Amino acid sequence: MAESKTLNINMGPQHPSTHGVLRVELEVDGETIVRAKPIIGYLHTGIEKTMESKLYYKALPCTDRMDYLAPMSNNLGYCLAVEKLLDIDVPEKVKYARVCLAELTRIGSHLVWLGTHALDLGAMSMLLYAFRERELIIDIYEACGGQRMMTSYIRIGGLAHDLPPDFNARVQKVLKVIPQRLQEYETLLTRNQIFINRTKGVAVISAEDAINWSLSGPMLRGSGVKHDLRKANPYSGYEKFDFDIAFGTNGDAYDRYLLRLEEIRQSLRIIKQSLDGMPSGPYRAHVPGVVLPPKEDVLHKMESMIFHFKLVTEGFKAPVGSVYQAIESPKGEIGFYITGDGTPIPRRVRVRPPSFINLACLPALCEGRLLSDVVCSIGSIDIVLGEVDR
Amino acid sequence: MLEMIIIAAIKVVVVIVAVLTGCAYSTLLERRVVAFMQNRVGPNTAGPWGLLTPLADGLKLIFKEDIVPAGVERMTYALAPVIAFIPSMLAFAVVPFTSDFSLFGREISGTLSDLNIGVIYIFAVTSLAVYGICLAGWSSGSKYSLLGGIRSSAQMISYELSYGLTIVGVILIANTLSMRELVAQQDTVTHWFIWRQPLGFLLYLTCAIAETNRAPFDLPEAESELVGGYHTEYSSMRFSMFFIGEYAAMLAVSCVGTTIFLGGWQGPFLPPIVWFVLKVFGCMFFYIWLRATFPRFRYDQLMNFGWKFLFPLALLNTMVTAFFVLWKG
Repeated sequence: MAESKTLNINMGPQHPSTHGVLRVELEVDGETIVRAKPIIGYLHTGIEKTMESKLYYKALPCTDRMDYLAPMSNNLGYCLAVEKLLDIDVPEKVKYARVCLAELTRIGSHLVWLGTHALDLGAMSMLLYAFRERELIIDIYEACGGQRMMTSYIRIGGLAHDLPPDFNARVQKVLKVIPQRLQEYETLLTRNQIFINRTKGVAVISAEDAINWSLSGPMLRGSGVKHDLRKANPYSGYEKFDFDIAFGTNGDAYDRYLLRLEEIRQSLRIIKQSLDGMPSGPYRAHVPGVVLPPKEDVLHKMESMIFHFKLVTEGFKAPVGSVYQAIESPKGEIGFYITGDGTPIPRRVRVRPPSFINLACLPALCEGRLLSDVVCSIGSIDIVLGEVDR
Repeated sequence: MLEMIIIAAIKVVVVIVAVLTGCAYSTLLERRVVAFMQNRVGPNTAGPWGLLTPLADGLKLIFKEDIVPAGVERMTYALAPVIAFIPSMLAFAVVPFTSDFSLFGREISGTLSDLNIGVIYIFAVTSLAVYGICLAGWSSGSKYSLLGGIRSSAQMISYELSYGLTIVGVILIANTLSMRELVAQQDTVTHWFIWRQPLGFLLYLTCAIAETNRAPFDLPEAESELVGGYHTEYSSMRFSMFFIGEYAAMLAVSCVGTTIFLGGWQGPFLPPIVWFVLKVFGCMFFYIWLRATFPRFRYDQLMNFGWKFLFPLALLNTMVTAFFVLWKG
């Protein structure tokens, strides 16, 4: 028997720090990683295929279940894609509300990332602090759509319901609380020597590599590439908002940490603008046959009732054609490629999941480094396995 | 003679029970304090303020099935928890818990045994605990455990040196190795060795945390990397032996730190034993506080920190102290 100098370790699918059911096959020489190979598929639920067998509007809840930490972003991406296919324009209020919700989602997702990343590095308390703040955002989801995680609140052509009456007050509270708490996190982590040692110079990716790996989101911007779809290819009225793209310089885990904190601050800026500028008006586009008519009309007008009934039972027919709509989700560029064939069911729904594509660079990040850095790298990429496997 | 043996036996039983209870309630203290720091409630249902939680935990662990995975080295696997547990208990033999007192007309010493080389004895026995952890990691037949075991042996050997050096300063000043004698020399607050050896005290605390494998030096366990490290494959009472061993070790280093630097049981107004317990749990609180605050070191950084920072500092501290002791005569 040939003597082997290295040890094969199976990290996952049941491992506390692989953020779900990711499995990483590691070949280690002592504590040094010789080879790392991420193996996925343990959470494959066939979401894309499921969406291809459902009516357009019934496929929407599937999107919540991909990146379950950023449900509103996924809803938004899918709805924008279908709206593009149908060529629907939504009212101004809907655009503002969507931007506000998408940015709240970004904060919520980054908070979970911050908590779990710190937990991976051993700073346990951070997890509970981050979840405490996320609670405020989850409560807003609940007030809006009745659900705390699988919201399905953003619908094709508008929103599921009007914004709740106390929406403004709730979001104001977020605007007030989060900046103070960010300050606390910074005291706990930013200048903590152990945290800096663990993250600085770890999981480094150069700007060139980041582009070649087709990375997006904080993984790309952390390396100094100023690319943000909200600026580069604005959707849902992002061009009207004033904010800066946060970016790093060294492309290491520490830069991405600072970058995500900065993104939370920028999101707060956007949320404030969207609250201030929120126009009044309908919360759905008026597109009979595609968007549900108002409930009062359904109860009192025959045509509305017929539209309602037909839409719920048969769905709407989308034109023949293909569209691709990408948005900047908290994890990166999430894109929906939808092919319509004239029936009420999409022929093809393909998702470009940021987590999946960002995860591919994991071996490059941790080969030749130490075992502890694998944990830091996985955390720094910010993956959600629901989105990786779909 | 017989009387002496009986007194000694009773004292041993009392100390063991007290230490085990101390361990049990340290777990509760840790959980409540960490919960408080993390905006949680912590265990509060078993008994008033959750005071019966350690008892419930113990009972649960006893009744759990003892799972021995296939492919373990049975003999070593069974022995390892005991080896990890015993040395930390042994350390309490020379700790002066209280002043001498008289009971039923007999003078009773506040120490189990007043060894004239008490300090050396403590360092000798506590360093044995690493064998338990190493052997557990090796005999479990699991790769994560093995890595935990390797990390632990490297870490404990590296920090043992600085750990020993940190108290040399005190010993040079006090000119004794007896724990009782050390306490006797710190009769007022101003005579506590912490004032004469502040750097020594800080270094001692740091090394002690590393020695007992506690956060931020908890690499052998590192649940986010090695799942549970050396005790991944252990269950039931075998696991709890490690657990009690860890807390007993924490208590032991707190007791030693209290005795050497913080004046032991000396203190105004309150009875000596109360002072002792207060100081020890003050140290324990510090441990828990660190755990709630700091991220974990990385393996290479831990080694760098130990060899390139702690060790030279401890050496410097020793040399400066030695110089002053010589100079002052």
